Amino acid sequence: MTATGDIHPRETIICTIARLLEGCGNVAVGAASPMPGSAALLARALSDGGTRVTLLGSRRHNYFTDGGRELFDCAGQGRVDAFFLSGAQIDGQANINLSYIGDPGHPKARFPGAFGSAYLYFVVPRVILFREEHTRRVFVDRVDYISAPGTSEPGIYRPGGPHALVTGLCAMRFDRARGRFRLESVHPGHTLEEVRDNTGFDFDVPDRVPETPLPGPDMLATLRGRVAGEVAETYPRFAEALFGSAPQPNRITA
Amino acid sequence: MTDFEDLDGLAGRIAAGSRLALPPDYGGVSIAATARMIARRVRDLHLVALPSTGLQTDMLIAAGAVASVESAAVTLGEAGLAPCFTKAVKAGTIAVKDATCPALHAGFQAAEKGVPFMPIRGIIGSDILAYRPDWRVIDNPFSKTEDPIVVVPAIAPDVTLFHCPRADRFGNVWIGRRRELVSLAHASRTTLVTVEEIVDGDLLETEASAAGVLPSLYVSAIAVAPGGARPLGLQDLYAPEPEAVADWVRHAEAGDLDGAFRAVGARMPELEAL
Repeated sequence: MTATGDIHPRETIICTIARLLEGCGNVAVGAASPMPGSAALLARALSDGGTRVTLLGSRRHNYFTDGGRELFDCAGQGRVDAFFLSGAQIDGQANINLSYIGDPGHPKARFPGAFGSAYLYFVVPRVILFREEHTRRVFVDRVDYISAPGTSEPGIYRPGGPHALVTGLCAMRFDRARGRFRLESVHPGHTLEEVRDNTGFDFDVPDRVPETPLPGPDMLATLRGRVAGEVAETYPRFAEALFGSAPQPNRITA
Repeated sequence: MTDFEDLDGLAGRIAAGSRLALPPDYGGVSIAATARMIARRVRDLHLVALPSTGLQTDMLIAAGAVASVESAAVTLGEAGLAPCFTKAVKAGTIAVKDATCPALHAGFQAAEKGVPFMPIRGIIGSDILAYRPDWRVIDNPFSKTEDPIVVVPAIAPDVTLFHCPRADRFGNVWIGRRRELVSLAHASRTTLVTVEEIVDGDLLETEASAAGVLPSLYVSAIAVAPGGARPLGLQDLYAPEPEAVADWVRHAEAGDLDGAFRAVGARMPELEAL
Protein backbone atom coordinates (compact mmCIF):
# COMPACT_ATOMS: atom_id res chain seq x y z
CA MET A 1 0.00 0.00 0.00
CA THR A 2 3.06 2.29 -0.08
CA ALA A 3 2.67 3.88 -3.49
CA THR A 4 -1.09 3.62 -3.52
CA GLY A 5 -1.84 5.69 -0.46
CA ASP A 6 -5.35 5.06 0.72
CA ILE A 7 -6.63 3.74 -2.62
CA HIS A 8 -8.03 0.24 -2.14
CA PRO A 9 -6.74 -2.31 -4.70
CA ARG A 10 -10.36 -3.01 -5.62
CA GLU A 11 -10.85 0.65 -6.48
CA THR A 12 -7.92 0.42 -8.90
CA ILE A 13 -9.45 -2.70 -10.47
CA ILE A 14 -12.88 -1.06 -10.81
CA CYS A 15 -11.30 1.98 -12.49
CA THR A 16 -9.28 -0.29 -14.82
CA ILE A 17 -12.45 -2.03 -15.94
CA ALA A 18 -14.27 1.31 -16.32
CA ARG A 19 -11.57 2.51 -18.74
CA LEU A 20 -12.18 -0.60 -20.87
CA LEU A 21 -15.80 0.51 -21.25
CA GLU A 22 -15.02 3.94 -22.69
CA GLY A 23 -17.14 4.66 -25.76
CA CYS A 24 -19.70 1.92 -25.05
CA GLY A 25 -23.28 3.09 -25.53
CA ASN A 26 -24.96 0.15 -23.84
CA VAL A 27 -23.36 -1.96 -21.11
CA ALA A 28 -25.06 -4.89 -19.40
CA VAL A 29 -23.85 -6.61 -16.25
CA GLY A 30 -24.92 -10.05 -15.10
CA ALA A 31 -26.06 -11.13 -11.66
CA ALA A 32 -23.63 -11.46 -8.72
CA SER A 33 -21.05 -9.10 -10.29
CA PRO A 34 -20.38 -6.25 -7.85
CA MET A 35 -16.98 -5.18 -9.25
CA PRO A 36 -18.03 -5.15 -12.93
CA GLY A 37 -21.28 -3.54 -11.83
CA SER A 38 -19.36 -0.79 -10.04
CA ALA A 39 -17.13 -0.30 -13.08
CA ALA A 40 -20.11 -0.03 -15.42
CA LEU A 41 -21.83 2.51 -13.17
CA LEU A 42 -18.56 4.46 -12.97
CA ALA A 43 -18.20 4.43 -16.77
CA ARG A 44 -21.76 5.72 -16.99
CA ALA A 45 -21.12 8.47 -14.46
CA LEU A 46 -18.07 9.60 -16.48
CA SER A 47 -19.76 9.30 -19.89
CA ASP A 48 -21.79 12.51 -19.73
CA GLY A 49 -24.96 10.63 -20.61
CA GLY A 50 -23.35 8.54 -23.36
CA THR A 51 -23.50 5.18 -21.61
CA ARG A 52 -26.53 3.20 -20.52
CA VAL A 53 -26.07 0.48 -17.91
CA THR A 54 -28.35 -2.41 -17.07
CA LEU A 55 -27.58 -4.37 -13.93
CA LEU A 56 -29.38 -7.70 -13.85
CA GLY A 57 -30.79 -8.13 -10.37
CA SER A 58 -31.39 -4.39 -9.97
CA ARG A 59 -34.79 -2.77 -10.31
CA ARG A 60 -33.53 0.78 -10.55
CA HIS A 61 -30.65 0.26 -13.00
CA ASN A 62 -32.72 -1.72 -15.45
CA TYR A 63 -34.01 -0.42 -18.77
CA PHE A 64 -35.66 -3.69 -19.79
CA THR A 65 -39.42 -4.24 -19.71
CA ASP A 66 -39.77 -7.47 -21.69
CA GLY A 67 -38.61 -10.02 -19.13
CA GLY A 68 -35.49 -12.17 -18.99
CA ARG A 69 -35.30 -12.72 -22.72
CA GLU A 70 -34.91 -9.04 -23.63
CA LEU A 71 -31.19 -8.89 -22.81
CA PHE A 72 -30.55 -11.81 -25.15
CA ASP A 73 -32.78 -10.53 -27.94
CA CYS A 74 -31.14 -7.11 -27.57
CA ALA A 75 -27.64 -8.59 -27.65
CA GLY A 76 -28.53 -10.82 -30.61
CA GLN A 77 -29.29 -7.69 -32.63
CA GLY A 78 -25.97 -6.12 -31.66
CA ARG A 79 -27.54 -3.61 -29.28
CA VAL A 80 -25.36 -4.54 -26.29
CA ASP A 81 -21.80 -3.20 -26.63
CA ALA A 82 -20.18 -4.73 -23.57
CA PHE A 83 -20.84 -7.53 -21.10
CA PHE A 84 -18.87 -9.32 -18.39
CA LEU A 85 -18.14 -13.00 -17.95
CA SER A 86 -16.07 -14.93 -15.45
CA GLY A 87 -15.22 -18.53 -14.77
CA ALA A 88 -14.35 -21.09 -12.15
CA GLN A 89 -11.66 -21.84 -14.72
CA ILE A 90 -10.43 -19.67 -17.60
CA ASP A 91 -7.83 -20.94 -20.05
CA GLY A 92 -5.32 -19.39 -22.45
CA GLN A 93 -7.77 -19.62 -25.37
CA ALA A 94 -10.31 -17.66 -23.27
CA ASN A 95 -12.56 -20.70 -22.86
CA ILE A 96 -14.57 -20.33 -19.67
CA ASN A 97 -15.89 -23.00 -17.30
CA LEU A 98 -18.85 -22.05 -15.13
CA SER A 99 -20.14 -25.59 -14.73
CA TYR A 100 -18.04 -28.58 -13.63
CA ILE A 101 -14.66 -29.75 -12.38
CA GLY A 102 -14.03 -33.32 -13.47
CA ASP A 103 -16.38 -35.55 -15.47
CA PRO A 104 -19.84 -33.89 -15.66
CA GLY A 105 -21.39 -37.33 -15.03
CA HIS A 106 -19.55 -37.63 -11.70
CA PRO A 107 -18.15 -34.17 -11.01
CA LYS A 108 -15.65 -33.27 -8.28
CA ALA A 109 -17.28 -29.84 -8.14
CA ARG A 110 -20.38 -28.27 -9.60
CA PHE A 111 -20.72 -24.50 -10.04
CA PRO A 112 -23.95 -22.57 -10.74
CA GLY A 113 -23.86 -23.07 -14.50
CA ALA A 114 -23.41 -21.24 -17.78
CA PHE A 115 -26.23 -18.69 -17.48
CA GLY A 116 -26.26 -16.79 -20.81
CA SER A 117 -22.51 -17.08 -21.45
CA ALA A 118 -22.69 -19.67 -24.23
CA TYR A 119 -24.66 -17.10 -26.24
CA LEU A 120 -23.52 -13.66 -25.10
CA TYR A 121 -19.84 -14.58 -25.64
CA PHE A 122 -20.70 -14.91 -29.35
CA VAL A 123 -22.81 -11.80 -29.91
CA VAL A 124 -21.48 -9.04 -27.60
CA PRO A 125 -18.53 -7.23 -29.25
CA ARG A 126 -16.64 -6.34 -26.08
CA VAL A 127 -16.80 -9.15 -23.52
CA ILE A 128 -14.59 -8.43 -20.52
CA LEU A 129 -13.48 -11.39 -18.45
CA PHE A 130 -13.15 -10.62 -14.76
CA ARG A 131 -11.88 -12.84 -11.96
CA GLU A 132 -10.33 -11.32 -8.87
CA GLU A 133 -8.65 -14.54 -7.72
CA HIS A 134 -5.55 -14.92 -9.86
CA THR A 135 -4.23 -18.44 -9.22
CA ARG A 136 -3.31 -21.55 -11.22
CA ARG A 137 -6.54 -23.09 -9.90
CA VAL A 138 -8.48 -20.54 -11.97
CA PHE A 139 -6.14 -19.76 -14.87
CA VAL A 140 -5.53 -23.21 -16.32
CA ASP A 141 -3.98 -24.49 -19.51
CA ARG A 142 -7.25 -26.16 -20.52
CA VAL A 143 -10.66 -25.87 -18.83
CA ASP A 144 -12.34 -29.12 -17.67
CA TYR A 145 -15.62 -28.10 -19.32
CA ILE A 146 -16.27 -25.43 -21.93
CA SER A 147 -19.36 -23.53 -20.80
CA ALA A 148 -18.58 -20.97 -23.50
CA PRO A 149 -15.71 -21.14 -26.01
CA GLY A 150 -13.28 -18.22 -26.35
CA THR A 151 -12.78 -18.69 -30.08
CA SER A 152 -14.73 -20.27 -32.93
CA GLU A 153 -13.94 -21.98 -36.22
CA PRO A 154 -14.14 -19.84 -39.36
CA GLY A 155 -17.71 -19.86 -40.70
CA ILE A 156 -19.33 -19.77 -37.26
CA TYR A 157 -21.43 -16.62 -36.78
CA ARG A 158 -19.54 -14.68 -34.13
CA PRO A 159 -19.56 -10.88 -34.12
CA GLY A 160 -18.55 -10.89 -30.44
CA GLY A 161 -16.00 -12.41 -28.13
CA PRO A 162 -13.37 -11.83 -25.47
CA HIS A 163 -11.81 -8.36 -25.38
CA ALA A 164 -9.85 -8.20 -22.13
CA LEU A 165 -9.19 -10.01 -18.87
CA VAL A 166 -8.90 -8.18 -15.56
CA THR A 167 -7.77 -9.97 -12.38
CA GLY A 168 -6.52 -9.06 -8.94
CA LEU A 169 -2.97 -8.99 -10.33
CA CYS A 170 -3.12 -7.62 -13.86
CA ALA A 171 -4.98 -6.67 -17.02
CA MET A 172 -4.61 -8.59 -20.30
CA ARG A 173 -6.00 -8.10 -23.82
CA PHE A 174 -7.18 -10.98 -25.97
CA ASP A 175 -6.04 -11.26 -29.57
CA ARG A 176 -8.94 -13.04 -31.29
CA ALA A 177 -7.00 -13.74 -34.50
CA ARG A 178 -4.18 -15.45 -32.60
CA GLY A 179 -6.39 -16.86 -29.82
CA ARG A 180 -3.97 -15.64 -27.13
CA PHE A 181 -3.83 -13.22 -24.22
CA ARG A 182 -1.25 -10.41 -24.09
CA LEU A 183 -0.31 -8.83 -20.78
CA GLU A 184 -1.39 -5.19 -20.73
CA SER A 185 -0.40 -3.98 -17.26
CA VAL A 186 0.41 -5.28 -13.78
CA HIS A 187 -1.43 -3.73 -10.82
CA PRO A 188 0.57 -1.61 -8.35
CA GLY A 189 2.32 -3.73 -5.72
CA HIS A 190 2.53 -6.81 -7.97
CA THR A 191 5.12 -8.14 -10.41
CA LEU A 192 5.36 -9.92 -13.75
CA GLU A 193 6.90 -12.92 -11.97
CA GLU A 194 3.88 -13.11 -9.68
CA VAL A 195 1.56 -13.09 -12.71
CA ARG A 196 3.64 -15.83 -14.41
CA ASP A 197 3.80 -17.96 -11.25
CA ASN A 198 0.04 -17.82 -10.81
CA THR A 199 -1.03 -18.34 -14.44
CA GLY A 200 -1.36 -21.87 -15.79
CA PHE A 201 -1.38 -20.81 -19.46
CA ASP A 202 1.13 -19.21 -21.77
CA PHE A 203 0.58 -15.54 -22.68
CA ASP A 204 2.40 -12.81 -24.60
CA VAL A 205 4.41 -10.22 -22.69
CA PRO A 206 5.48 -6.83 -24.09
CA ASP A 207 9.15 -5.72 -23.80
CA ARG A 208 8.20 -3.23 -21.12
CA VAL A 209 5.27 -4.10 -18.84
CA PRO A 210 3.49 -0.98 -17.60
CA GLU A 211 2.00 -0.62 -14.14
CA THR A 212 -1.79 -0.35 -14.07
CA PRO A 213 -2.52 3.36 -13.55
CA LEU A 214 -4.10 4.39 -10.27
CA PRO A 215 -7.42 6.20 -10.51
CA GLY A 216 -7.09 9.98 -10.75
CA PRO A 217 -8.71 12.19 -8.10
CA ASP A 218 -11.82 12.96 -10.19
CA MET A 219 -12.45 9.33 -11.05
CA LEU A 220 -11.92 8.30 -7.43
CA ALA A 221 -14.27 10.99 -6.13
CA THR A 222 -16.99 9.90 -8.58
CA LEU A 223 -16.52 6.26 -7.57
CA ARG A 224 -16.68 6.97 -3.85
CA GLY A 225 -19.56 9.40 -4.15
CA ARG A 226 -22.27 8.90 -6.74
CA VAL A 227 -21.27 5.37 -7.79
CA ALA A 228 -20.94 4.01 -4.24
CA GLY A 229 -24.55 4.97 -3.57
CA GLU A 230 -25.75 3.41 -6.82
CA VAL A 231 -23.84 0.18 -6.18
CA ALA A 232 -25.37 -0.08 -2.70
CA GLU A 233 -28.84 -0.50 -4.19
CA THR A 234 -27.91 -3.86 -5.73
CA TYR A 235 -24.89 -4.89 -3.62
CA PRO A 236 -25.34 -3.40 -0.14
CA ARG A 237 -22.82 -5.66 1.61
CA PHE A 238 -20.16 -5.16 -1.06
CA ALA A 239 -20.66 -1.39 -1.07
CA GLU A 240 -20.44 -1.12 2.69
CA ALA A 241 -17.26 -3.22 2.85
CA LEU A 242 -15.47 -1.20 0.15
CA PHE A 243 -16.86 2.30 0.54
CA GLY A 244 -17.91 2.28 4.19
CA SER A 245 -21.00 4.28 4.96
CA ALA A 246 -21.92 5.01 1.38
CA PRO A 247 -24.93 7.23 0.76
CA GLN A 248 -27.90 4.87 1.02
CA PRO A 249 -30.44 5.01 -1.78
CA ASN A 250 -34.11 4.36 -1.06
CA ARG A 251 -34.25 0.70 -0.15
CA ILE A 252 -37.14 -1.49 -1.16
CA THR A 253 -39.39 -1.91 1.80
CA ALA A 254 -42.47 -3.96 2.44
CA MET B 1 -62.45 -20.48 -16.32
CA THR B 2 -59.92 -19.81 -13.64
CA ASP B 3 -60.45 -21.70 -10.39
CA PHE B 4 -59.90 -20.16 -6.99
CA GLU B 5 -58.39 -22.62 -4.52
CA ASP B 6 -56.78 -22.74 -1.14
CA LEU B 7 -53.01 -23.16 -1.13
CA ASP B 8 -53.11 -26.87 -0.40
CA GLY B 9 -55.56 -27.53 -3.21
CA LEU B 10 -53.40 -25.56 -5.62
CA ALA B 11 -50.27 -27.47 -4.64
CA GLY B 12 -52.21 -30.73 -5.01
CA ARG B 13 -52.68 -30.04 -8.72
CA ILE B 14 -49.00 -30.76 -9.34
CA ALA B 15 -48.90 -34.51 -9.91
CA ALA B 16 -45.95 -36.81 -9.34
CA GLY B 17 -43.84 -37.13 -12.47
CA SER B 18 -44.86 -33.72 -13.86
CA ARG B 19 -42.60 -31.54 -15.94
CA LEU B 20 -42.80 -28.38 -13.82
CA ALA B 21 -41.63 -25.00 -15.17
CA LEU B 22 -40.25 -22.44 -12.72
CA PRO B 23 -39.32 -18.74 -12.75
CA PRO B 24 -35.95 -17.47 -11.52
CA ASP B 25 -35.51 -16.52 -7.85
CA TYR B 26 -35.92 -12.82 -8.69
CA GLY B 27 -39.02 -13.35 -10.83
CA GLY B 28 -41.78 -14.30 -8.41
CA VAL B 29 -41.29 -17.75 -6.89
CA SER B 30 -44.15 -19.36 -4.99
CA ILE B 31 -42.24 -20.55 -1.95
CA ALA B 32 -45.57 -20.89 -0.12
CA ALA B 33 -46.95 -23.42 -2.64
CA THR B 34 -43.55 -25.14 -2.80
CA ALA B 35 -43.76 -25.73 0.95
CA ARG B 36 -47.21 -27.29 0.47
CA MET B 37 -45.92 -29.51 -2.34
CA ILE B 38 -43.19 -30.72 -0.02
CA ALA B 39 -45.68 -31.33 2.79
CA ARG B 40 -47.79 -33.34 0.30
CA ARG B 41 -44.73 -35.46 -0.55
CA VAL B 42 -44.85 -34.86 -4.31
CA ARG B 43 -42.24 -37.00 -6.12
CA ASP B 44 -40.34 -37.48 -9.36
CA LEU B 45 -40.63 -33.92 -10.68
CA HIS B 46 -38.80 -32.84 -13.82
CA LEU B 47 -37.98 -29.19 -13.24
CA VAL B 48 -37.34 -26.78 -16.09
CA ALA B 49 -36.27 -23.23 -15.23
CA LEU B 50 -36.84 -20.10 -17.29
CA PRO B 51 -33.97 -19.55 -17.30
CA SER B 52 -32.36 -20.25 -13.88
CA THR B 53 -33.47 -21.39 -10.46
CA GLY B 54 -32.27 -21.45 -6.87
CA LEU B 55 -33.91 -21.76 -3.48
CA GLN B 56 -37.12 -23.39 -4.73
CA THR B 57 -35.24 -26.12 -6.57
CA ASP B 58 -32.89 -26.68 -3.64
CA MET B 59 -35.91 -27.08 -1.32
CA LEU B 60 -37.58 -29.57 -3.67
CA ILE B 61 -34.35 -31.56 -4.04
CA ALA B 62 -33.87 -31.56 -0.25
CA ALA B 63 -37.37 -33.03 0.08
CA GLY B 64 -36.59 -35.81 -2.41
CA ALA B 65 -39.15 -34.50 -4.90
CA VAL B 66 -36.92 -34.09 -7.96
CA ALA B 67 -35.87 -36.50 -10.71
CA SER B 68 -34.25 -34.00 -13.07
CA VAL B 69 -33.37 -30.32 -13.45
CA GLU B 70 -33.05 -28.42 -16.74
CA SER B 71 -31.62 -24.95 -16.16
CA ALA B 72 -29.03 -22.42 -17.28
CA ALA B 73 -27.85 -22.15 -13.66
CA VAL B 74 -28.75 -23.15 -10.13
CA THR B 75 -27.56 -20.59 -7.59
CA LEU B 76 -28.55 -18.88 -4.38
CA GLY B 77 -26.99 -15.57 -5.41
CA GLU B 78 -24.92 -13.94 -2.69
CA ALA B 79 -25.55 -16.98 -0.46
CA GLY B 80 -23.53 -19.08 -2.93
CA LEU B 81 -24.08 -22.54 -4.34
CA ALA B 82 -27.34 -24.40 -3.75
CA PRO B 83 -26.16 -27.08 -1.29
CA CYS B 84 -28.75 -29.81 -1.91
CA PHE B 85 -28.53 -29.43 -5.70
CA THR B 86 -24.72 -29.58 -5.56
CA LYS B 87 -24.76 -32.68 -3.36
CA ALA B 88 -27.32 -34.43 -5.58
CA VAL B 89 -25.32 -33.67 -8.75
CA LYS B 90 -22.12 -35.05 -7.21
CA ALA B 91 -23.93 -38.15 -5.96
CA GLY B 92 -25.69 -38.61 -9.30
CA THR B 93 -29.11 -38.83 -7.66
CA ILE B 94 -30.71 -36.29 -10.04
CA ALA B 95 -30.29 -35.88 -13.79
CA VAL B 96 -29.08 -32.47 -14.99
CA LYS B 97 -29.74 -31.02 -18.43
CA ASP B 98 -27.45 -28.01 -18.66
CA ALA B 99 -28.68 -25.19 -20.86
CA THR B 100 -27.94 -21.52 -21.49
CA CYS B 101 -30.51 -18.79 -20.75
CA PRO B 102 -31.47 -17.77 -24.31
CA ALA B 103 -31.83 -21.41 -25.40
CA LEU B 104 -34.46 -21.89 -22.70
CA HIS B 105 -36.19 -18.65 -23.68
CA ALA B 106 -36.14 -19.88 -27.30
CA GLY B 107 -37.59 -23.29 -26.35
CA PHE B 108 -40.43 -21.69 -24.41
CA GLN B 109 -41.06 -19.23 -27.24
CA ALA B 110 -41.35 -22.12 -29.68
CA ALA B 111 -44.03 -23.67 -27.46
CA GLU B 112 -45.80 -20.29 -27.21
CA LYS B 113 -45.97 -20.13 -30.99
CA GLY B 114 -46.91 -23.78 -31.39
CA VAL B 115 -43.88 -24.48 -33.59
CA PRO B 116 -41.59 -27.50 -33.03
CA PHE B 117 -38.24 -25.75 -32.60
CA MET B 118 -36.44 -22.42 -32.57
CA PRO B 119 -33.01 -21.42 -33.89
CA ILE B 120 -30.58 -19.71 -31.53
CA ARG B 121 -27.13 -18.19 -32.13
CA GLY B 122 -23.96 -19.02 -30.24
CA ILE B 123 -23.52 -22.29 -28.27
CA ILE B 124 -21.54 -24.06 -31.02
CA GLY B 125 -18.25 -25.35 -29.62
CA SER B 126 -19.48 -25.47 -26.03
CA ASP B 127 -19.69 -28.62 -23.92
CA ILE B 128 -23.30 -27.66 -23.19
CA LEU B 129 -24.10 -28.58 -26.78
CA ALA B 130 -21.93 -31.70 -26.56
CA TYR B 131 -24.09 -33.00 -23.68
CA ARG B 132 -27.44 -32.10 -25.30
CA PRO B 133 -28.28 -34.75 -27.91
CA ASP B 134 -31.76 -33.22 -28.12
CA TRP B 135 -30.29 -29.98 -29.53
CA ARG B 136 -29.23 -29.98 -33.18
CA VAL B 137 -27.03 -27.92 -35.45
CA ILE B 138 -28.60 -27.26 -38.86
CA ASP B 139 -27.44 -25.22 -41.83
CA ASN B 140 -29.28 -21.89 -42.12
CA PRO B 141 -31.61 -22.63 -45.07
CA PHE B 142 -31.75 -18.95 -46.03
CA SER B 143 -28.00 -18.37 -46.28
CA LYS B 144 -26.07 -18.48 -49.56
CA THR B 145 -22.98 -19.61 -47.66
CA GLU B 146 -22.60 -22.29 -45.05
CA ASP B 147 -24.02 -21.00 -41.76
CA PRO B 148 -24.42 -23.57 -38.99
CA ILE B 149 -26.98 -22.64 -36.32
CA VAL B 150 -28.30 -24.44 -33.23
CA VAL B 151 -31.99 -25.39 -33.02
CA VAL B 152 -33.66 -26.32 -29.73
CA PRO B 153 -36.97 -28.17 -29.35
CA ALA B 154 -40.12 -26.48 -28.04
CA ILE B 155 -40.51 -26.67 -24.25
CA ALA B 156 -44.16 -27.34 -23.36
CA PRO B 157 -44.25 -28.17 -19.63
CA ASP B 158 -47.15 -29.94 -17.93
CA VAL B 159 -47.51 -27.22 -15.36
CA THR B 160 -45.98 -23.94 -14.18
CA LEU B 161 -46.16 -22.32 -10.76
CA PHE B 162 -45.33 -18.75 -9.76
CA HIS B 163 -46.21 -15.95 -7.33
CA CYS B 164 -47.54 -12.49 -8.24
CA PRO B 165 -48.67 -9.36 -6.43
CA ARG B 166 -52.37 -9.59 -7.25
CA ALA B 167 -55.21 -11.04 -9.28
CA ASP B 168 -58.77 -9.91 -9.92
CA ARG B 169 -61.91 -12.03 -9.46
CA PHE B 170 -61.95 -12.86 -13.18
CA GLY B 171 -58.61 -14.64 -12.90
CA ASN B 172 -56.48 -11.92 -14.51
CA VAL B 173 -53.06 -11.78 -12.88
CA TRP B 174 -50.83 -8.74 -12.50
CA ILE B 175 -47.25 -9.63 -13.51
CA GLY B 176 -45.87 -6.11 -14.12
CA ARG B 177 -42.76 -6.30 -16.31
CA ARG B 178 -41.85 -9.88 -15.31
CA ARG B 179 -42.68 -10.97 -18.83
CA GLU B 180 -40.99 -14.40 -18.51
CA LEU B 181 -44.05 -15.32 -16.45
CA VAL B 182 -46.09 -14.78 -19.62
CA SER B 183 -43.82 -17.21 -21.48
CA LEU B 184 -44.15 -19.75 -18.67
CA ALA B 185 -47.95 -19.51 -18.77
CA HIS B 186 -48.27 -19.50 -22.57
CA ALA B 187 -46.04 -22.55 -22.94
CA SER B 188 -47.44 -24.66 -20.07
CA ARG B 189 -50.63 -26.74 -20.20
CA THR B 190 -51.56 -25.78 -16.64
CA THR B 191 -50.70 -22.48 -14.93
CA LEU B 192 -50.93 -22.23 -11.13
CA VAL B 193 -50.50 -18.82 -9.53
CA THR B 194 -50.31 -17.69 -5.92
CA VAL B 195 -50.93 -14.01 -5.21
CA GLU B 196 -50.57 -11.56 -2.35
CA GLU B 197 -54.21 -10.52 -2.69
CA ILE B 198 -57.38 -10.62 -4.77
CA VAL B 199 -58.49 -7.13 -5.78
CA ASP B 200 -61.91 -5.79 -6.66
CA GLY B 201 -62.48 -4.56 -10.19
CA ASP B 202 -61.11 -5.73 -13.54
CA LEU B 203 -57.35 -5.52 -14.17
CA LEU B 204 -58.07 -5.36 -17.91
CA GLU B 205 -60.27 -2.29 -17.53
CA THR B 206 -57.61 0.37 -18.18
CA GLU B 207 -54.71 0.19 -20.62
CA ALA B 208 -52.33 1.15 -17.82
CA SER B 209 -53.16 -1.91 -15.75
CA ALA B 210 -53.91 -4.24 -18.70
CA ALA B 211 -50.33 -3.77 -19.98
CA GLY B 212 -48.99 -5.65 -16.97
CA VAL B 213 -51.56 -8.43 -16.95
CA LEU B 214 -51.44 -12.13 -17.72
CA PRO B 215 -55.06 -12.68 -18.81
CA SER B 216 -57.20 -15.38 -17.21
CA LEU B 217 -57.25 -17.28 -20.52
CA TYR B 218 -53.90 -18.77 -19.48
CA VAL B 219 -54.49 -19.09 -15.74
CA SER B 220 -55.79 -22.45 -14.46
CA ALA B 221 -56.01 -21.74 -10.75
CA ILE B 222 -55.18 -19.06 -8.20
CA ALA B 223 -54.60 -19.25 -4.44
CA VAL B 224 -54.03 -16.38 -2.04
CA ALA B 225 -50.74 -16.57 -0.13
CA PRO B 226 -49.63 -13.30 1.48
CA GLY B 227 -45.83 -13.14 1.65
CA GLY B 228 -45.83 -16.19 -0.62
CA ALA B 229 -42.42 -15.50 -2.18
CA ARG B 230 -40.57 -15.00 1.13
CA PRO B 231 -37.72 -15.27 1.87
CA LEU B 232 -37.27 -14.35 -1.80
CA GLY B 233 -38.41 -10.92 -2.94
CA LEU B 234 -41.44 -9.80 -4.93
CA GLN B 235 -41.21 -6.91 -7.41
CA ASP B 236 -41.52 -3.61 -5.48
CA LEU B 237 -43.54 -5.15 -2.64
CA TYR B 238 -40.84 -6.76 -0.54
CA ALA B 239 -37.09 -7.29 -0.74
CA PRO B 240 -35.33 -10.66 -0.54
CA GLU B 241 -34.09 -11.80 2.88
CA PRO B 242 -30.51 -12.88 2.20
CA GLU B 243 -29.93 -13.84 5.85
CA ALA B 244 -32.68 -16.47 5.65
CA VAL B 245 -31.22 -17.91 2.46
CA ALA B 246 -27.75 -17.95 4.05
CA ASP B 247 -29.28 -19.85 6.99
CA TRP B 248 -30.77 -22.36 4.57
CA VAL B 249 -27.27 -22.95 3.19
CA ARG B 250 -25.65 -23.24 6.61
CA HIS B 251 -28.18 -25.77 7.93
CA ALA B 252 -28.40 -27.77 4.70
CA GLU B 253 -24.61 -28.03 4.41
CA ALA B 254 -24.52 -29.35 7.96
CA GLY B 255 -27.12 -31.97 7.01
CA ASP B 256 -29.76 -30.36 9.23
CA LEU B 257 -32.70 -30.28 6.82
CA ASP B 258 -35.18 -29.64 9.57
CA GLY B 259 -33.27 -26.51 10.55
CA ALA B 260 -32.82 -25.56 6.90
CA PHE B 261 -36.55 -25.71 6.20
CA ARG B 262 -37.28 -23.75 9.33
CA ALA B 263 -34.73 -21.10 8.28
CA VAL B 264 -36.72 -20.31 5.13
CA GLY B 265 -40.09 -21.36 6.46
CA ALA B 266 -40.78 -19.37 9.60
CA ARG B 267 -44.09 -18.67 7.88
CA MET B 268 -44.53 -22.28 6.86
CA PRO B 269 -45.29 -24.27 10.02
CA GLU B 270 -46.25 -27.43 8.14
CA LEU B 271 -42.59 -27.86 7.27
CA GLU B 272 -41.61 -28.21 10.87
CA ALA B 273 -43.10 -31.69 10.80
CA LEU B 274 -40.53 -32.81 8.21
